[in-house]
Amino acid sequence: MTALARYRIILPVVSLAVLLAATFYMQPRAMSYFGLNLLFNLAVPIALATIAQMMVIMVNDIDLSLGTFVSLVACITATFLHDTPLLGAAMLLALILSYAALGALIHTLELPAIVVTLGMSFVWGGLALFILPSPGGTSPVWLRTLMTVKPPFVPMAVVASVIIAAVTHLLVIRSGIGTVLRGVGGNARSVARAGWPLVRLKALAYGLCGLFGVLAGMALVGLTTSADANIALRYTLLSIAGVILGGGEFIGGKVSPTGAVIGALTLTLAASFLSFMRLSPDWQIGAQGAILILVLTARLIFSRKGSVA
Amino acid sequence: MSEQASAAIVTLTQAAKHFGPVRALDGVSLSVAPGDCIGLVGHNGAGKSTLVNLVNGSLAPSSGEIRFATGSTAHAAGVRSVFQELSLCPNLTVAENLRISHRALKGPGWRRPARAEIRQSLDAIFPGHGIDPDAEVDTLSIAQRQMVEIAIGFAPRGTAARLVILDEPTSSLDAGIADQLLEHVRQFCAAGGAVVFISHMLGEIFDVATRIVVLKDGKIVAERPAGGFTRQGLVDAMGHVATEAAEAARTARELGAEVVRTEQGLSARAGEVVGLSGLAGHGQAAALARLYLSHSSSWRAGKTPRAVFVAGDRPRDGILPLWSILRNISVSVLRQGARWGLVDRAAEAETAATWKKRIGIRTENVENPVLSLSGGNQQKVLFARALASPARIVIMDDPMRGVDVGTKQDVYAMIQAEAARGRTFLWYSTETEEIIQCDRVFVFRDGAISAELTGADITEEKILQASFEMQEVS
Repeated sequence: MTALARYRIILPVVSLAVLLAATFYMQPRAMSYFGLNLLFNLAVPIALATIAQMMVIMVNDIDLSLGTFVSLVACITATFLHDTPLLGAAMLLALILSYAALGALIHTLELPAIVVTLGMSFVWGGLALFILPSPGGTSPVWLRTLMTVKPPFVPMAVVASVIIAAVTHLLVIRSGIGTVLRGVGGNARSVARAGWPLVRLKALAYGLCGLFGVLAGMALVGLTTSADANIALRYTLLSIAGVILGGGEFIGGKVSPTGAVIGALTLTLAASFLSFMRLSPDWQIGAQGAILILVLTARLIFSRKGSVA
Repeated sequence: MSEQASAAIVTLTQAAKHFGPVRALDGVSLSVAPGDCIGLVGHNGAGKSTLVNLVNGSLAPSSGEIRFATGSTAHAAGVRSVFQELSLCPNLTVAENLRISHRALKGPGWRRPARAEIRQSLDAIFPGHGIDPDAEVDTLSIAQRQMVEIAIGFAPRGTAARLVILDEPTSSLDAGIADQLLEHVRQFCAAGGAVVFISHMLGEIFDVATRIVVLKDGKIVAERPAGGFTRQGLVDAMGHVATEAAEAARTARELGAEVVRTEQGLSARAGEVVGLSGLAGHGQAAALARLYLSHSSSWRAGKTPRAVFVAGDRPRDGILPLWSILRNISVSVLRQGARWGLVDRAAEAETAATWKKRIGIRTENVENPVLSLSGGNQQKVLFARALASPARIVIMDDPMRGVDVGTKQDVYAMIQAEAARGRTFLWYSTETEEIIQCDRVFVFRDGAISAELTGADITEEKILQASFEMQEVS
């Protein structure tokens, strides 16, 4: 077994490093405190959304409503959380709980998560439009301050990414309950046989997804200062791509929080890199997809080699 | 030994389990005391798995009683099961898998005790195992996974293991490692634990069991100390007696040239009904699937397929649940009746009507959804689908699962009639009554053919002998 196949984290790290080196080569001025912050600023909400998606992928499901959910959170944050903080906080809490309930429902009724979350995406989107029919709102001041804080030596975006990776690594990989949750993805029957209530575990995984989705929406408003009902629609696909790019698998409970954060950073960087290449925005989405396919192909080749050896 | 310790760990009194009309377990009384090592044997469908699931608490009995010495649940009584199919989480490490079934491991730093516990358990059972507690399970070999599973079964896990149920524990272990396990089982029982040992290797059963329980048709037909059985006696106890009725069903036919031959040694001639037998899960289904795939192409369907497949697992690979009966039958012959790539509706309807009459599908209208039929009639639809195609070879993967007696008789007659017209049948069945009707039988054990029987040699006794490993475990 090759080192690459065994340590799945190597490939995400290498792809980020290569992309970063190429960016610095094309635009040396990006190699500064200010430049790095600018490059990775928007990666923070994407990283949080990717972690949220990872929680659901960890239990062999997929969440297609994450983008609209993050948009809804952003709308609530820019309106209710700013005007009436208590009510806003209660609404966000209710959203997290409804995510947990959704997880329990999907498990109990044996519904396909892909259908339920696709349906919920319209619910979240409708609510977001209802709350904020036209772009606007204001970020709570404390949130704005938090997202624009300037720590010494290393920019906020990098510090935040490291913290997110460390906390979720502890939660998912090191802790006992995280291990059991990954076990649900690996072999749900054996977890149930050991006496664990699967419904509660699924609800917990979805609840964690809701929690990180809420954090993503809040971080996004902190950066953009206002919200829009469609602000985060592309997060659904970005978050799935981020999880896979970071060494996760769609089924089998194989996920890596650190890899997911790195995957989110890589995706954000890819967009900036393409702008530096003076690529017309019309082509950027396609080119982003090409980068994604390239990395996934590399991973497939390495894992094939690993399993043969 | 104190009063508490000598009391039975688990006692079953007239325990029965019914699944609908099927009596999987029909009034079993059994008690397991500390120090017992019970060898549990029986043929397919005798009720072994159901009995195990009652004892470990996965199923509740339909009637009768199960009493545990300590606590009211199997978990509290220290009853553990090691299942035949691998039930570890492949994405977790060995130590993390222990955590799944050991809830007392909590708080920061739980990994250290988890590693120590699983290493200790592995060392105790399989000295020199060479398994790293931090290795992810999917990097281990099948044998190593089985070893880990057994080690988790015997590990203390907060309480102590009092009764461990081992269901075919040695199926993927080599002889040396199997010996280590048997040695550990003996020590474990000598130290006051109890083991229920299920195996198709009779040598192992005689080697390790203090008491042997024989199950047949959901009942205990014999329960004696191990010394009270001879090997032959044990095989006899598992079998039925009456096979004359089935004998008569087999008719003498002229057999044609050989049409199937595989590397494994499976062969069949035109017009022959070939049975695949042995205990369930010993490679029969895989052999049939390989055979079928080698006779068909995934690119070109062709106008006349060489082989057709009758599935036993109807929901998984048989029925198209949203379609009507008619479409379920005609899906195999669409190419024959098609003109310019369009379905010939009239021919399709005629095919369905013919087969509805010939095979006796009980429905008023073949346009009804297929799920409106009973299980047996759904199976007839699958037979009609296969027989309607012009293919010369019919491969059947335990097709009579959950089918009522009347349907079975209809289908047996149909098979004999079609065979007389020169079709070849390859028939995997778990029921001896069906196997006895075949012209030739291959008995499978551990994924290989262990015996080939023909004509008068096809008896339940011979099949049982070949299904169970008779050699001494040395």
